[in-house]
Amino acid sequence: MIKAVHINKTFEDGHKVLDDISATFVTGKTNLIIGQSGSGKTVLLKSLVGLHKIDSGQIFYDDTCYSDLSFQEKKKVRQQVGMLFQGGALFDSFTVEENVKFPLDLFTNKAESEKLDIVNACLKRVNLINANKLYPSEISGGMTKRVAIARAIVVNPKYLFCDEPNSGLDPMTSIVIDNLIKEISEEYNITTIINTHDMNSVMEIGETIIFIYNGKKWWEGTKNDILHSDNKELNDFVFASSMAKRAKKNML
Amino acid sequence: MKILAEIGRYMLLMKKVFQQPVKKSIFHRQLMDEMEKLGLNSIGIVAIISVFMGAVVALQMAINLESPFLPKFLIGYATRESLILEFSSTIVALILAGKVGSNIASEIGTMRITEQIDALEIMGVNSANYLILPKIVSALIFFPFLTLLSMIVGMFGGYMIVFTVDMMTPDDFLTGMTDDFRPFLVLYGVVKMIIFAFIITSVSSYYGYYAKGNSLEVGRSSTKAVVSSTIVVLIFNVILTKLFFNY
Repeated sequence: MIKAVHINKTFEDGHKVLDDISATFVTGKTNLIIGQSGSGKTVLLKSLVGLHKIDSGQIFYDDTCYSDLSFQEKKKVRQQVGMLFQGGALFDSFTVEENVKFPLDLFTNKAESEKLDIVNACLKRVNLINANKLYPSEISGGMTKRVAIARAIVVNPKYLFCDEPNSGLDPMTSIVIDNLIKEISEEYNITTIINTHDMNSVMEIGETIIFIYNGKKWWEGTKNDILHSDNKELNDFVFASSMAKRAKKNML
Repeated sequence: MKILAEIGRYMLLMKKVFQQPVKKSIFHRQLMDEMEKLGLNSIGIVAIISVFMGAVVALQMAINLESPFLPKFLIGYATRESLILEFSSTIVALILAGKVGSNIASEIGTMRITEQIDALEIMGVNSANYLILPKIVSALIFFPFLTLLSMIVGMFGGYMIVFTVDMMTPDDFLTGMTDDFRPFLVLYGVVKMIIFAFIITSVSSYYGYYAKGNSLEVGRSSTKAVVSSTIVVLIFNVILTKLFFNY
C-alpha cells in the first residue's frame, strides 16, 4: 500500500502544482490517477516515487514513511520499485536483453546464465520473444513499453509506477499493455499506480481512481462510480466529446 | 549571482559524482567503453591536426626568423617549444573540448530529456556517479597520451616540411629540436592536460546533466558546454603557466 498524506508542492516560479493531496493506493489493484494535461498528475506520480521533493506532507510505503528517509535509505526502498516511463526510458546503448538485465547486474550477484534465464522469463511474460539482441531504436512503440515493463518487473518490485503507459500507442496495443499491467499487478501482488488521461484505460483497468483538477484531488471512486457521478469537472473531462456525452445518457 | 549559483550547483554535482561506484565490475566495463569513445576515437583528429600544425609552425618560424644574425637551428628549437608548451596541451584541449565536450553534453542531455536518468534514479542508482565518473576517469587517463602523441606527431610534421623548403637543412632543424631539451616542459604539458581533461569532462557533463526540455535545449546545452569548458581551459592555462614558471 502507498499512502499520500496532505502533500503540497510549489514550483520555483510560485505555481502551486499539488495542493493538499491525500490518497491511498491499494496493493494488488490498479490505482489510477487521472486528470487533464497540466493538472499535476505527473508531478504527483513523480513525487510519490521520490523524483520530486515535496514541500510538506508525508508519503508512506506500507509502514515506512518514505518522504522522511535519508537518500541512502531511499535508495534501498527504490530497489523494490519499478517504473514504466511515458517514452519507455530504455537505455539507447543497450540491447533489449541488456536493458532488462541491467537491474540484476547492478543489485544481484547471480551467475550470468541465471540472470539470462530471469530476463528471458520476464520477456516471455510480456509476450516478447526473439527480440533480445535488438536495440531500442529497432523496436516499435508497443515493444518498447513491453521491454520497459519487463525491466520494471525483473527485480520483483513491490511497487509499480506507470506514467501514461499507453501514450503514443494505437487503441488495440494500449488495451494489451493495460491488461498486461493489470495481470502483472494481480499476479505479483504489486501496488500499482498508473497515471493516465486515456479513457479507454480508465474503463478497462481502473479499480480505484482519483481525479486531479488544478493540483487538487477533486474526486475519488471506481470506474462504475464515474458513470453516475454528477461532478461537473470530472464529467467535463471524462465525457469531453458530444459522442461520449450521448453514450453516457444512453447508458443511464 | 547567477554564476555563483552555477558554480555551487556544479560543486554539488561533483560531490555526487565522486562516490563509490555501485559495482566495480560495471565501473571497469564503462571505463573501457569511455576510453574507446573519448580517447581512442580522438587519436585520428589529434594526429591529423598536430602533423599539420607542426608543419605550419616550422614554416612560420622559418619565414619569421630569417635573419643573418639568427642561427638556423633556432627554427627547430622554437617549433619544439611552441608545440610542447602550448599547442599539444592547450590547443589540443580546446579541440577536445569541441569534440568530446559536445559529445558528452549531448549524450547525457538526451538521457535526461528521455527520462533515462530518472530511470536510473528509480532503480536506486546514483546517476551522476554512474554516468559521469567513468567519463572523467577515462579522460584523466587517456588525454595525457593524446598530448604526448601530439608532441611527437607535431615535431614529425615540422621535420617533414623542412624537406620541402630550402630555408634550412634537416640537420639544422634536428639540432634545434634536441638543443637544451628540458623534460620538465613535457611534464608541464602533461600535467596541464590532466587538469584540462577534468575541466572538459566535468563541465560538459554538468551542462548535459541539467539539460531541460526538448532536443533544442540539448543542442543549447551542448553549445554551452563547449563554450564554458573552452573559457575555463583558457583561464586555467594562464593560472597554471603563472604557477609553473613562478613569473
